[in-house]
Amino acid sequence: MKKDDLIISNKKYSSRLIVGTGKYKTMKECAKAIELSGAEIVTVAVRRVNILDKKKPLLMDYIDPKKITYLPNTAGCFNSKDALRTLRLAREIGGWRLVKLEVLGDKKNLFPEMIETLKSTEVLTKEGFKVMVYCNDDPLMAKRLENSGACAIMPLAAPIGSGLGILNKVNIRIIRKQTKLPLIIDAGLGQASDATIAMELGCDGVLVNTAIAKAKKPFEMALAFRNAVIAGRLSYISGRINKSLMGEPSSPEKGII
Amino acid sequence: MKKIKIKVNGKVKLIAKNTNLANLVHILRIPLKKVAIELNQEIVDKKKLKKINLKKNDKVEIVHFIGGG
Repeated sequence: MKKDDLIISNKKYSSRLIVGTGKYKTMKECAKAIELSGAEIVTVAVRRVNILDKKKPLLMDYIDPKKITYLPNTAGCFNSKDALRTLRLAREIGGWRLVKLEVLGDKKNLFPEMIETLKSTEVLTKEGFKVMVYCNDDPLMAKRLENSGACAIMPLAAPIGSGLGILNKVNIRIIRKQTKLPLIIDAGLGQASDATIAMELGCDGVLVNTAIAKAKKPFEMALAFRNAVIAGRLSYISGRINKSLMGEPSSPEKGII
Repeated sequence: MKKIKIKVNGKVKLIAKNTNLANLVHILRIPLKKVAIELNQEIVDKKKLKKINLKKNDKVEIVHFIGGG
């Protein structure tokens, strides 16, 4: 079988599953879940160092950035200014250029604020960042992001953390048809089969956090998502059969006794 | 020794006058390789910390990566 890597900004990854590092009970649990998921890219947030509690464990002590690609995100930013500030700081920590842009517009539904997202994409691209953009499942906006220099389009399946699965398969398929950029479903998946569906729609990858971290058994769920993504991808590239209204026997009708 | 008031990550901190950013990082025991530093909303080059003296009411932000989605 031909090698089937995910390529983002000229770099190859053998796993098509990207996982978030938030919401785990402990750093240890997070690291173990990542290992089981097989993910080579993990999203991370930029936050203040706790200057009062110096013994607090650091993410980098548990997940080695030399082995796993850190994808700094702008979670919690509600405007372009904050998002830019966050990613410039992320780059300063250790030269990260591949980033996830996420500018939110509403504290309840956590939908992306697309005007600010678009503005930020333009600025960041000019500054040399490789921007993977969290966006709405709107084909027109996805096109505009592509024209602004995004290196990956990451539409939501459903609101962040909702676990509702892919709500608008048609839009995802339209975006798939119109773009050659990596298309990654980001946010809203609830169970492993949602990831399979995303891959069968032709997405290049999925990004999952809550569905694994908050599952009753995160390790098993990490493994489930790993397999679901592989299954969905294989199914997509294998070419499914046509649907038919009537049945078609699987055994030959000739020679029936 | 005369002390001045600055803010580090939103918290008031009293430091000796003539403290530079390198001194502050040392006092707070911050692992420099794992953080980024802002002084009054401007990113600071980590190689030049010794050259930057802190002044009264300076606002320092020290950030790092934590778990996130």
